[in-house]
Amino acid sequence: MISRIYVTPKGKADFINSYLIAHKFSKERIEKIAQALTNPVLENYSINEFPKTEKFSYAIEIGFKPGVTDNAGHTAEETIYDLFHIPSGVGHRDFGCPTPDGTLAVYTSKIFLIHEADRKEAEQIALSLHNPLIERSYIVSRKDLQKNKNLFLEAPRVILEKRVPVINISLDVLDDELVKIGQEGIRDEKGDRRGPLALDLASMKAIQEHFRKLKRNPTDIELESLAQTWSEHCKHTIFANPIDDIHDGLYKTYIKGATNLIRKNKGRRLGGASKNDFCVSVFSDNSGGIVFDKNYLITHKVETHNSPSALDPFGGAITGIVGVNRDTIGFGLGAKPVANVYGFCFGYPEDEQKFFKDKNMTQLMLPPKRIMKGVIKGINVGGNCSGIPTLSGFLKFDDRYRAKPLVFAGTVGIIPRKINGKFLHTKEAKAGDYIVMVGGRVGLDGIHGATFSSVAMDANSPATAVQIGDPITQKKLSDAIVKEARDMGLYNSITDNGAGGLSCSVAEMAKECGGAKVALEKVPLKYPGLCPWEIWISESQERMTLSVPKSKWKKFENLMESRGVEATVIGEFTKAEKCVVKYKGKKIMDIPMDFLHNGLPKHHLYTSPPASLLEPPYSPLSGGNHLPPLIRGGREGLEGMAERPGEIYTKDLENLLGNKNISGFSFVSEQYDHEVQASSVLKPLSGAGRINTDAQIFRPVLDSPKGVVLTSSAYPSYGDISAYNMAACAIDTAVRNIISAGGTLSHLAILDNFCWCSSNDPKRLGQLVGAVKACYDCAVGYGTPFISGKDSMFNDFKGYDERGNPVDISIPPTLLISAISVMPDLYKAVSPEFKKTGDIIYLLGETNDEMGGGEYLKSLGFVGNNTPKVDVKKNMRTYLALEKAIQEGLVSSSLSVTSGGLGIALAKAAVGGMMGCNISLSPIGKTYGVDVKLFSESQGRILVSVPSKNVSAFEKIIKNISFAKLGRVVGGGKVVIMDKSKIVETNVKKLHKIYHKFSNENRN
Amino acid sequence: MKKKKKLKLKKPRVIIMSGYGLNCEEETKFAFEKAGAKEKVSADIVHINDLIKKPKMLSEYQILAFPGGFSYGDDTGSGKAYANKFKNHLLKELKEFLSRDTLAIGICNGFQIMTNLGILPGALSQNKGGKYLDRWVDLKVTGRSPWLSGIKKISVPIAHGEGCYVIRKKEYKKMSAKGGSASGGKNNGEIALTYTKGDICRFQNLEKNPNGSAYDIAGVNAYNGRVLGLMPHPERAMFVYQSPLWYKNKKGDKSEMGPSLRIFKNAIKYFIK
Repeated sequence: MISRIYVTPKGKADFINSYLIAHKFSKERIEKIAQALTNPVLENYSINEFPKTEKFSYAIEIGFKPGVTDNAGHTAEETIYDLFHIPSGVGHRDFGCPTPDGTLAVYTSKIFLIHEADRKEAEQIALSLHNPLIERSYIVSRKDLQKNKNLFLEAPRVILEKRVPVINISLDVLDDELVKIGQEGIRDEKGDRRGPLALDLASMKAIQEHFRKLKRNPTDIELESLAQTWSEHCKHTIFANPIDDIHDGLYKTYIKGATNLIRKNKGRRLGGASKNDFCVSVFSDNSGGIVFDKNYLITHKVETHNSPSALDPFGGAITGIVGVNRDTIGFGLGAKPVANVYGFCFGYPEDEQKFFKDKNMTQLMLPPKRIMKGVIKGINVGGNCSGIPTLSGFLKFDDRYRAKPLVFAGTVGIIPRKINGKFLHTKEAKAGDYIVMVGGRVGLDGIHGATFSSVAMDANSPATAVQIGDPITQKKLSDAIVKEARDMGLYNSITDNGAGGLSCSVAEMAKECGGAKVALEKVPLKYPGLCPWEIWISESQERMTLSVPKSKWKKFENLMESRGVEATVIGEFTKAEKCVVKYKGKKIMDIPMDFLHNGLPKHHLYTSPPASLLEPPYSPLSGGNHLPPLIRGGREGLEGMAERPGEIYTKDLENLLGNKNISGFSFVSEQYDHEVQASSVLKPLSGAGRINTDAQIFRPVLDSPKGVVLTSSAYPSYGDISAYNMAACAIDTAVRNIISAGGTLSHLAILDNFCWCSSNDPKRLGQLVGAVKACYDCAVGYGTPFISGKDSMFNDFKGYDERGNPVDISIPPTLLISAISVMPDLYKAVSPEFKKTGDIIYLLGETNDEMGGGEYLKSLGFVGNNTPKVDVKKNMRTYLALEKAIQEGLVSSSLSVTSGGLGIALAKAAVGGMMGCNISLSPIGKTYGVDVKLFSESQGRILVSVPSKNVSAFEKIIKNISFAKLGRVVGGGKVVIMDKSKIVETNVKKLHKIYHKFSNENRN
Repeated sequence: MKKKKKLKLKKPRVIIMSGYGLNCEEETKFAFEKAGAKEKVSADIVHINDLIKKPKMLSEYQILAFPGGFSYGDDTGSGKAYANKFKNHLLKELKEFLSRDTLAIGICNGFQIMTNLGILPGALSQNKGGKYLDRWVDLKVTGRSPWLSGIKKISVPIAHGEGCYVIRKKEYKKMSAKGGSASGGKNNGEIALTYTKGDICRFQNLEKNPNGSAYDIAGVNAYNGRVLGLMPHPERAMFVYQSPLWYKNKKGDKSEMGPSLRIFKNAIKYFIK
């Protein structure tokens, strides 16, 4: 029996909440349930009767599709259990699980009331209200509703048709078929392909060979399992394989190579960190871990969730952030998440071009604005609900992100170094331990997620790749593990169920002891009918896998139950050197560990030099206001621009400040809780004018004076000219942002996230090698080790435009560098905005003619060819000098000069302080034009203001580095910049309005 | 409140609820312990399921805190599901607790829970902007609560999606009547805190009432002021550097405590005289 409860906000309501209760309850009980779901001050309820509301023409019900996580439904179920004292906790949360008196499921939906619209308009509105991939809509007219008095009473249950649970796949086939299996998947019993395995011919042949030797065919679960473990997403083949003459591959040679060298230089001793070597657990675990102080380690990890976010922006982003939280919980024996970071690369929100996944133009890609809104909201709900401050982030825009956005999500964690004499950063599953799955249940969500993100997105992209997060289920899990079970020593090892689900987590942990055997029928399911291979590779969220000694299982189980967390023994770790999976007693998978982890054949990769974008070449011209030749698009009639009167620069500066790649995004920062855990020191918004800070500081341990500084940096447009410089500048900027806020160069670690495109194209690989070499050079130069990294190598969209013409849209290769530093005394933190009238303004570092790929040229429609370059030795002197000045408390404000150059830095510092400034550019040097001085994005520069009483002490510290004394902070809000004559005159109120325009337009 | 005889305790015991998505319990505990450092006050974080198992435990405490968080992800309405759970299992113990000379505080989600429990008047609904909002606000103390004694104005942060306070007009009149219900009826409320234009709003040019609350109400109290609920987070303003104004007027003094630690100190002082 099904009942429907409507909960309607009092007053003028344009929506109604609906709860479908699938269970036989007495009338009185349904009434009680309705009361529990209603706040009498705010809401009214009605049962099985559409509420009386104001006049409307259509009602649109939006609910989830069958099987999609319905968090509010789960909460309502728990409320009902509480209400009638049905034993609370676990075991019956989802449909199909028995309760003492039958089964219970609650399905929620929202009903929107549409006024004065016809059916067609209502259909249009419905489209904008839901995402058909995960939600269903039902439109009903007021007339029909008046007739029936109630919406339909049908529960959106998942009903899976009966299928053969396990099939054997013959690999005695022609290469053509092997390629097809690799690309499109295994044929099911009906002959349909199941979706990409993303295995190439060489890999398929290796598998063929393996099973030929065994004289048997692989089962579907064996093939699917190998595909997951061997996926680009899990094995990072492009970074691991030999490339050109780099035999050990890019990762080992340059990324890990840099870290190893830095640690050696810092005096690493065998067996752990030394005084200066702060790395403790790098590249070997779910996150990278460094020393915080003598009692704690701090961890960091940044992930991407690009493909899922393109299909379902909200779901993709929320699972991105909640997923990377589990990389923290899965560090060592479990670190506590203490800060979230994010980074979004979108197409321009005003872009309304339509693209389709398929030639028949039935599968419309979401437009950039919808992606932007959904992604921002996903991080909002994921971070806020989890009680983790979302501190640090950025937004970037480029047309080439319009089909596939980049969504970066990262989490910082804290973990005691030792408890009861045991180091917490090490873990080891032991043979004989139970394999325990903890947290959410398994459904069809995210099937083929790992292989899906390893290929370009097209019409074959699986819809089940989309998942919705349930942050509260994870919060309960996280608290129970990190705050209780860990310190009670109840398990030997833990890892996250992310890409590849159980197939990857169990196989990973089995490495620690030798092998594993799993009984798949024990895995708790969201709904019946899943095939074993689906259970094995499903990426259903909020799950961790633990290795629990048998002797501790009862205690562990009791603890989890009392915290409302489901925990199930699904098998046992062994030392049998193989991974064995059974289903209802029958062995369906038996793969040697060695083949599983090392069977993937090596490919030698080759590069070719990237095509030059620079025709004709632009050589830097000095002395005049020259602009480089037109590369693509842009302004016409360049002649008139050589000699430009002052007011043009005022306009240019104002326009540039309003550029979405530069202006503020307070509407994002302020909807993310960045103060929970009471840890914020330097917030994402600073000063009277609430500018976005480049680095943020927080205090993870409230009784320690140490602060942790976070930042990130990416310059995708520099990559159009030089991938090497793109990477070098990202590292330089990340380091500089940290130092500018008060961080410590000698206690600074970095993380890499490579998001590339068409990585089977030797030219793209050529760019990759360039970027990776820069990573090595700069990391070693600054002594800032990489501690963790991730890559996503195929961010390409292949589809069709509005006329059905095929289009390929590839993202610009994007390297995100994230940085984390520990500062000894958080009270030394410095914010970027101007503070006091009369403070002296300095520009530290050297300005060069390096306009290429910068925001100024881009805004004029050019790319240029002269990107900023990084001189590590010179910049390091600047950074060490600034670090000293900040430690001595000499500096009022300090702002890292980045996109938009000095002009934008001045504007931001002024807006932040809501104070004006009087500036002369002459001290910078005579050789360059005004545009270079104002807008060149030369690295290694910081805009600093210093109280006049500190000037002599400050100048003593900076006497051996390049600097220019530019002017002073003034009251009254006038911003004046002089060169030979006055070139900019504006005021801070106007700049404030421009800076916040983007946010003000998107706030509601 | 002066009429009642106070328990002459050396150390009040503080219970801070946790579980199901509450998430500010650790910093709230830190705030109580920091405020009670001299008296060596210790606070216990207790999972609601542990309290349900041993309901009598509540009688051992003098201060009850529902901290901030996102219990049940705000699903079915903020604070509703957690309050239902508490009501269905611990109503008797809660009544017993409040009948003693005890103190209780609900912060943010804790405030939402308390209104759903019916121990504070009114309700919290979605912010007028429709979005979650984290910013600082200025508050004026209007009620007489031991929690707020000696405080006139205070600046603290908010972070919530459902912080718009809703109250029936009739009830509001009763609550705001001079010398009104606070001193009289046991369950009648009083306006404790209102949003006002102060230092922070002037500094960052922000509107005083961030969420559209009726009559600018940010917090209410009841039970003679012993029970306080408020949307802003005093535990996030216990250090000076947490204020947005700190960088502008930065001084070297590290011992300087943030403004709102006073609230936690008041609670401890209530029991130690």
